[in-house]
Amino acid sequence: MSSKISHPLDDLLRIERLPHIWCPGCGIGIALASFLRAVKELNISMDKIAFVSGIGCSGRAAGYVHCDSFHTTHGRAIPLAMGIKVARPDIHVVVFSGDGDLFAIGGNHFIHAARRNVDLLVICINNFNYGMTGGQVGPTTPFGSLTTTSPYGNIEHPFNLVHLAAAAGAVYVARWTVAHPIQLSQSIKKGLMKKGFAFIEVIAPCITLYARYNKLGSPPEVMDYLKRNSIVRNFIDPSKAEINVKGRIIVGEFVDVERPEFITELYRLIEIRGGLKVKNLVEPLE
Amino acid sequence: MNSIVKAVSFLPDHCFNLIWLWVIVLGESSPKYLKGAFFMQGDEACAEGAIVAGCRLFAGYPITPSTEIAERMARRLPEVGGIFIQMEDEMASIALIIGASYAGAKAMTATSGPGFSLMQENIGLAVMTEAPIVIVNVMRGGPSTGQPTRASQGDVMQARWGCHGDHEVIALSPYSVQEMFDLTIEAFNLAEQFRVPVILLSDEIIGHMRERVILKAPDEVKIVNRKKPRKPPKLYRPFEPDDDLVPPMACIGEGYRIHVTGLTHGYDGLPKSIDPRTHEMLVKRLCDKIKLNIDKIVRMDEFFIDDAEVVLVTYGSPARSAIRAVKIARSDYGLKVGLVRLITVWPFPGNYFKRLSLKVKSYIVLEMNYGQIVREVERFALGKPVHFAPKLGGDIHTPDEILRVIEEVYENVK
Repeated sequence: MSSKISHPLDDLLRIERLPHIWCPGCGIGIALASFLRAVKELNISMDKIAFVSGIGCSGRAAGYVHCDSFHTTHGRAIPLAMGIKVARPDIHVVVFSGDGDLFAIGGNHFIHAARRNVDLLVICINNFNYGMTGGQVGPTTPFGSLTTTSPYGNIEHPFNLVHLAAAAGAVYVARWTVAHPIQLSQSIKKGLMKKGFAFIEVIAPCITLYARYNKLGSPPEVMDYLKRNSIVRNFIDPSKAEINVKGRIIVGEFVDVERPEFITELYRLIEIRGGLKVKNLVEPLE
Repeated sequence: MNSIVKAVSFLPDHCFNLIWLWVIVLGESSPKYLKGAFFMQGDEACAEGAIVAGCRLFAGYPITPSTEIAERMARRLPEVGGIFIQMEDEMASIALIIGASYAGAKAMTATSGPGFSLMQENIGLAVMTEAPIVIVNVMRGGPSTGQPTRASQGDVMQARWGCHGDHEVIALSPYSVQEMFDLTIEAFNLAEQFRVPVILLSDEIIGHMRERVILKAPDEVKIVNRKKPRKPPKLYRPFEPDDDLVPPMACIGEGYRIHVTGLTHGYDGLPKSIDPRTHEMLVKRLCDKIKLNIDKIVRMDEFFIDDAEVVLVTYGSPARSAIRAVKIARSDYGLKVGLVRLITVWPFPGNYFKRLSLKVKSYIVLEMNYGQIVREVERFALGKPVHFAPKLGGDIHTPDEILRVIEEVYENVK
């Protein structure tokens, strides 16, 4: 009988790096576990996954997964991930990062990758603020919310990320909260297998900062709130998929369509113009 | 006949060149690599050099005067099994080539001053993660939008110190269309050998000028590829250096499960950002792998140095006028003037100048800026006078202007 306690996801993690840096009550761990369960259920080898993140609390996830992983500069996870995918289309490339990283400093890259329909899965942990730097206002902070840089209440309007992704051209768009780990895992599986730009928003509590400043309660209370106030509305118009922090949160799958994929088209160009069958940009041509 | 049709489709609209046709029809039948004598632009030669070096991915954003590199890559790369992507900005362009480099491809971007400024943060990422990439900067007049269509050498110090933190990069400065081809290959070789971003610091004159160039195929030039791990994944530590201070590079998708971060990291590649010793060791190694290998990296061209009293120091397009001026100074005026043309701008060959300073009376530094490399020459002049001839506005120094400076310096020497 082994005395060592193990977890079913241990072999997908760099367990020597644990414990992680995330605060008690943080939602990032649940989202990461949902991702790893999806990988395990799809039986994808971790040798075939590249996990790319930007800067911030969510960005640190890249350091814990036991696969090729790249912790990039702030905002640049998507173009760097694109570089990996272009050179090695056989690899599943996943971007796992926060709302500030992906939609403020990196917002331009997000809309253009969605527009091109690059074969990436982008998972955005939306905790409504910049956690790593101490809880500042961000592009998803709800109107009126208190943060360290909106001490009198946020007077900016937040992005509706699923609406933005759909409008920019993403072929798969879903939103779940960390109180929906099973649905989230199912969506991640779809996103991993989708040929094209897949986007999944994960609503996650930042207990230490956003939830505390806005008096949303203790970790169990916030989780209970997310569970009770989330309403599943699959395939409604994403512009109507609202998030009201003290009201209801619309979750579900909103987009699942087909469009020609960018990297496939790039390789098709090599075939048409160069008359060459090329699988990647790494193996030299004979 | 088919090859003629292909050849014609190659030609730039405004350059219908018979030599070109002849070479393609009678020489190289496949359009993969162009071989032989051509009449082409520096920017075009740069693109051809990259293809010969093994570059199969170009990501860039249009900017004068580098755009012709992107345009040629867009046409040529699909023909050789490569990919061109026009990105949404320069930050995305350089991030993309770092990702592609880490996935095992040879990748390049090209830009000019404003775009080069935007790339600085990720040049730092490439330094920190030791990603072999090539960045071409066809310099134009700045600051800001400045003179998009005129030449300058105003980004020399930015190439050296543009990104934050202590670091070393390699920068090469071509002075002809031939060198746009040759040094682009060299830039890839150095990037692969030392796992460092290499900057090809060209300028608008060299980028847009057309002249004769001899193109070679990969089997006619030296091609360097990065060192691969010799250990199995379980024993391999991605940032553990060999004796040359360069770690062998495992790439994404090769089963090594590497972690790469811009944070301070140990040999295992995992973040260790609050440990002073780890940071000190890492930064020292990143700098020393260039500093201690300087003799393998640095190249310069010497003209009439053996008996020179006054030495001109220059690089890039002003070197063309300087060579002419030195020849006239020698033949018509009998002045013992020499010339050092830097091919490698960074790392700066300080020890070479220290040795030279023991022999010469004074230096004249020629740059198309208001004083950048002149500061480096002063540091290693051992007290010998360093005269500076700046040139701003986009025009090259003329040989006459350089001769007047030489005359003034000689009057002071006497």
